[in-house]
Amino acid sequence: MSAVALEIRDLSIWYAGAAPAVLNIDLAVQRGEILGIIGESGSGKTSLAHAVLGLLPASATMRGARLALAGTELIGASPAALRAMRGPGAAMIFQNPGAAFSPLHTIGEHFAAFLWRDRRMSGHDRRARIVAALHDVGIADPAARLSAHPFQLSGGMLQRVAIAAALLMRPALLIADEPTTALDVTMEAQILHLLRGIRENAGVAILLISHQLGVIAEICDRVAVMYAGRIVEEGPVAAIFARPRHPYTQALFACEPSLIKAGALRLPVIAGVVPRPGGAGCGFASRCVHADAQCRAVPPPWQADADHRYCCHRIAA
Amino acid sequence: MTQLVPVLATNGLCVDVPARKNRMILADISLALHGGEILGMVGESGSGKTTFGQAVMGLVRPSAGTITLDGQALAGSSAKEFRPLRRAAALLFQDPAASFNPRLRIGAIVGEPRRIAGIGRVTTAELATLVERAGLSASVLRKFPHALSGGQARRAAVARALAVVPRLIIADEPTAGLDVSVQGGILNLFLDIREQGTALLLISHNLAVIRHVSDRLAILYLGRLVEIGPTDAIFRAPRHPYTRALLDAEPEADPARRRTEPPLMGEVPSIFARPTGCEFHARCRFVRPRCRDEAPGVTGIGERHSVRCHFPLGGG
Repeated sequence: MSAVALEIRDLSIWYAGAAPAVLNIDLAVQRGEILGIIGESGSGKTSLAHAVLGLLPASATMRGARLALAGTELIGASPAALRAMRGPGAAMIFQNPGAAFSPLHTIGEHFAAFLWRDRRMSGHDRRARIVAALHDVGIADPAARLSAHPFQLSGGMLQRVAIAAALLMRPALLIADEPTTALDVTMEAQILHLLRGIRENAGVAILLISHQLGVIAEICDRVAVMYAGRIVEEGPVAAIFARPRHPYTQALFACEPSLIKAGALRLPVIAGVVPRPGGAGCGFASRCVHADAQCRAVPPPWQADADHRYCCHRIAA
Repeated sequence: MTQLVPVLATNGLCVDVPARKNRMILADISLALHGGEILGMVGESGSGKTTFGQAVMGLVRPSAGTITLDGQALAGSSAKEFRPLRRAAALLFQDPAASFNPRLRIGAIVGEPRRIAGIGRVTTAELATLVERAGLSASVLRKFPHALSGGQARRAAVARALAVVPRLIIADEPTAGLDVSVQGGILNLFLDIREQGTALLLISHNLAVIRHVSDRLAILYLGRLVEIGPTDAIFRAPRHPYTRALLDAEPEADPARRRTEPPLMGEVPSIFARPTGCEFHARCRFVRPRCRDEAPGVTGIGERHSVRCHFPLGGG
């Protein structure tokens, strides 16, 4: 199987009659790698994730040179081909695990349904596989949980169950969209620890979407910063956290509460709002303290120091 | 700060599960909050933070203890007696957009508490002043809630709270769901309100966020106050093992300082099965035999700093 779990080249997404949501994305995630995507609301993070799973609404148009999951091209693929990729190709966990399960069915019934591809498996084997999957994500007494309904489990435990469900088909890529935002910090630490273990043991690639720098720093190998539908900076986590280059990344770091020194009298903000993607020039120009006429008119070029790339007129390599 | 009558004081406050005696959601909470002070209240889900705010607002009835607002006792008041007292305090809900009537314009929403409190009609000029104090332009008054961004809705909720000129504002998870680029603006707004002598209670599970604006912190575990003290003292040297675990659990924005183990395993136990002795003992890294059998009392440490632990962690 291909060593590249996800490969995206020059991908753009439009919703019917509206401005583009995502523009000219280039991204690759290797097996066993955790890539973080960080950005504000409206930056296009979630549209990108939905494109990878073939979950975009029918009104959306996707154009690009390549969108490949474990070597299989998804652009122009039939609905049946997309369906076949969901599970073995990529699986996703969401912010609110409570909404991911039907309140009327037990955990065991959910997992049995998720194994529809293996309908010739015996009941005994199926049950053993489900119990093993729940055990792997740290659920105590998994056999007893099979008869539990979702409301009987806490948010943290449900997120563990959702991760077990996502891993059931042994996907090449796990997409985690704000997986700890709804959880307490203590549970967040446990879930992040679990995700790191999954990467090490199962070798799955993880695409982690978050707006929290602390979460990205804790488990990601690389990070891509998105702004107004585009990636503006990408590279190894250590390089970007040591030396953020794009003015937007720098502004985000300045706002991070855990990085602000105690005793600050006023907390920093980024004035203004995220513009609609697709304007002339640099998308961040309207909020950037360094912006000049060139930034507003001409799309910025990519620059790079080794494997750390960023897209800006004003910052010299 | 001169020790005048506190804006909010609770003494031995307990709240039980409705219709179930001795199933405490809040157990024996005593604290005081003065005008011009911001108290951050922190704890995991199920720690009773939200219930505390609701008890102060008279939305749930205490089973024991007292609450005083500006020296006037609240607990035991009937709903009718409560109304003028409730005007002294305003509650900002977790999801501000959900607390707005979607069919009213922002102007009507912001003026609503004044009408309910019977203070009389609010002029457009007064409404404009209110939203401007909350950092919005007067043009939002004619908009409907759906047209506001998350940050704007949060500011409109603050403007509505300010309409009755409260002595106390309680904000439940005031920055949940906001981008980091705008959450600082909301917190700065609380600093402005504090300047005017209002007392603020900020309820959050995110220590990093409220650290910068809170004068003091109160840490709740399973409905009990386990530590309370000045924010900088607690960040420098947390005395309760639970406080320490909460601080350690905050993810640091530094990839060089990753943790190898989660600092706290398991979850908050159910209030229907309170552990014996110290209620934190089953998750505590520093547990000793005494902790399993004997409930700890409150130990004072320095000025305005106290902890409920048999073996408080060392200072410094």
